Amino acid sequence: MISLAGRDILHSWSKFILTGLGLGLLIGVTFTMAGVYRGMVDDAKVLLNNSSADLWVVQKDTQGPYAESSSIHDDVYRGILGMPGVAQAANVTYLTMQVRKGAAFSPNSLPEGERGAGSLRESHNSDVRAMVVGFEPGQPGEPGYLVAGRRVTRTHYEAVADIKSGFALGDHIRIRRHNYIVVGLSRRMVSSGGDPMVFIPLKDAQEAQFLKDNDAIINERARTAANPALNRPGVPGLLNAIEAAQSSNHNVNAVLVRVAEGRSAEAVAQDIRRWKHLQVFTREQMEEILVAKLIATSAKQIGMFLVILTIVSAAIVAFIIYTMTLGKIREIAVLKLIGTRNRTIAGMILQQALGLGVIGFAVGKIAATIWGPAFPKYVLLEPGDAVRGFVIVMLVCTLASTLAIRAALKIDPATAIGG
Amino acid sequence: MDKGIGIHIEGLSKRYGAGNTAVDALKEVNMSVAPGEVVGLVGPSGAGKSTLLKCLGAVIEPTQGRMTLGGEVIYDNGWKIPDLRMLRRDRIGFIFQAPYLIPFLDVTDNVALLPMLAGRPNGEARTRALELLRALDVAHRAKAQPSELSGGEQQRVSIARALANRPPVILADEPTAPLDSARALAVMRILNQMASQYQTAIIVVTHDEKIIPTFKRIYHIRDGRTFEEVGEGRSLE
Repeated sequence: MISLAGRDILHSWSKFILTGLGLGLLIGVTFTMAGVYRGMVDDAKVLLNNSSADLWVVQKDTQGPYAESSSIHDDVYRGILGMPGVAQAANVTYLTMQVRKGAAFSPNSLPEGERGAGSLRESHNSDVRAMVVGFEPGQPGEPGYLVAGRRVTRTHYEAVADIKSGFALGDHIRIRRHNYIVVGLSRRMVSSGGDPMVFIPLKDAQEAQFLKDNDAIINERARTAANPALNRPGVPGLLNAIEAAQSSNHNVNAVLVRVAEGRSAEAVAQDIRRWKHLQVFTREQMEEILVAKLIATSAKQIGMFLVILTIVSAAIVAFIIYTMTLGKIREIAVLKLIGTRNRTIAGMILQQALGLGVIGFAVGKIAATIWGPAFPKYVLLEPGDAVRGFVIVMLVCTLASTLAIRAALKIDPATAIGG
Repeated sequence: MDKGIGIHIEGLSKRYGAGNTAVDALKEVNMSVAPGEVVGLVGPSGAGKSTLLKCLGAVIEPTQGRMTLGGEVIYDNGWKIPDLRMLRRDRIGFIFQAPYLIPFLDVTDNVALLPMLAGRPNGEARTRALELLRALDVAHRAKAQPSELSGGEQQRVSIARALANRPPVILADEPTAPLDSARALAVMRILNQMASQYQTAIIVVTHDEKIIPTFKRIYHIRDGRTFEEVGEGRSLE
């Protein structure tokens, strides 16, 4: 038996391909939405992987440092280092901000050897939203691997940037009051929001996050000096001590802990909670916070879009197949009159709907693969999603064809005979 | 099964609706067509031609009567054949006013479709289709699409399709209506040849004055009743 559906498709292939192309672009958008969600989850996991920590020690009663703000003293890590089962502990700060490229930069502010090609690009003033990470070299929290350049070796004003930031080696970037030179580039080092990371030395990051600007410091000093309780004529050095305390900050956002081999992360976390009165999260708990809480609303939003796009796709397939079937009323009546079984006619319509789905799926997959990398946020197209997408497309096409099949089966074979 | 009978109907009636709104479209119609015979079914619009054709074609169910096809009783105050679709496929050929060829099948497959639907292997079905196309002088267009054929060629292909399963009866619904005199007579010549060659009983529903004189026997239908008349049987040569 010949394939009636196949022959019909071959006969009007241009109409079929164009329809499939339109449907495919819609399916491509659906795939991309799913890819955006996967990308968000992956960004969250990448953030945890890159920190290379087993435990996150943060301010009590907070879910920091990514989901909520957290502030703890930078000497806490010493006490944690002394606890059993702790292999490494390091301070870390996170600050999401606009990092300017080449702005308000004076080449003379850098040592002679660093006045390189980057300073030629100073005129390209631009902002990049980035997560500035303060880390200690050789400790958890430092960038895992570099794709270009070198690691941070100086204690101040050097940075390693994720390649997604658009910064290049030798570029000069401005974070708060200071200029930094990009000495290394990393890849897939992003925040849970997908913003590229810029790694700078911890001391610089602490200053960037907690230190006030010059005007505010002058104002604060004037207020302190005007306070007779803090500026006692009979106590020399008191005012200076208070001002020094006000202008320095010894806070960090979290302490990243690496657990010794063979030790349970949960058990070490319990000890830290008990003895240090701090909040401690394990890797699983942190993943739960990032994936289930931090991006939950976005995930629901994307889920809604996916549902709507699926319904729209189903409606379009149903409409197209229904219209195509109504355009063949006379042929179907003749087929029924000459003895074609209902299941043959239903099979023809179903095969056409599935054919349309296959074309749409292929176009959608190719389109999503092509335009995915152009999206500002990471779009992760997983093979598993493609398989699930294919099954859903086929199911949607099958459901959509039922309307047309019902219409076809209702066609009276007597329609073929006049009168 | 009496092979000497193409189609035979006795007292066939068809009533649409019920009660005060009931309409008797056919009133105890009698008709008999022998194998190899071509008869005309003539009547004005609304006389019941299409209703009779639909009853004969097992498309609608008569209200009462008896119908015999190729010697087998297929209707006797109720259908005697469980699968009417199979009956239409294997034992009744249809020719329509317009050819109604399947536009996405080529000429050969339009004809071969019926044997294929009946379960014949594709090769055998196509061989049979080509035989018929040769007999109808359209074998040279075997690979053409229906849209590439002239009106006359399309009608010949539709005749080949009607003959594809060697049915004992063919019902032709105004097959010459859209054709000019020469082509209409050519179609009638072909129908007579095919009826004779394949021993098929052919009933031609028509009100085409050009072809009415060619029938040897005509059934007139008026107000749901048939009247038999001997036709002129004018030569088609």
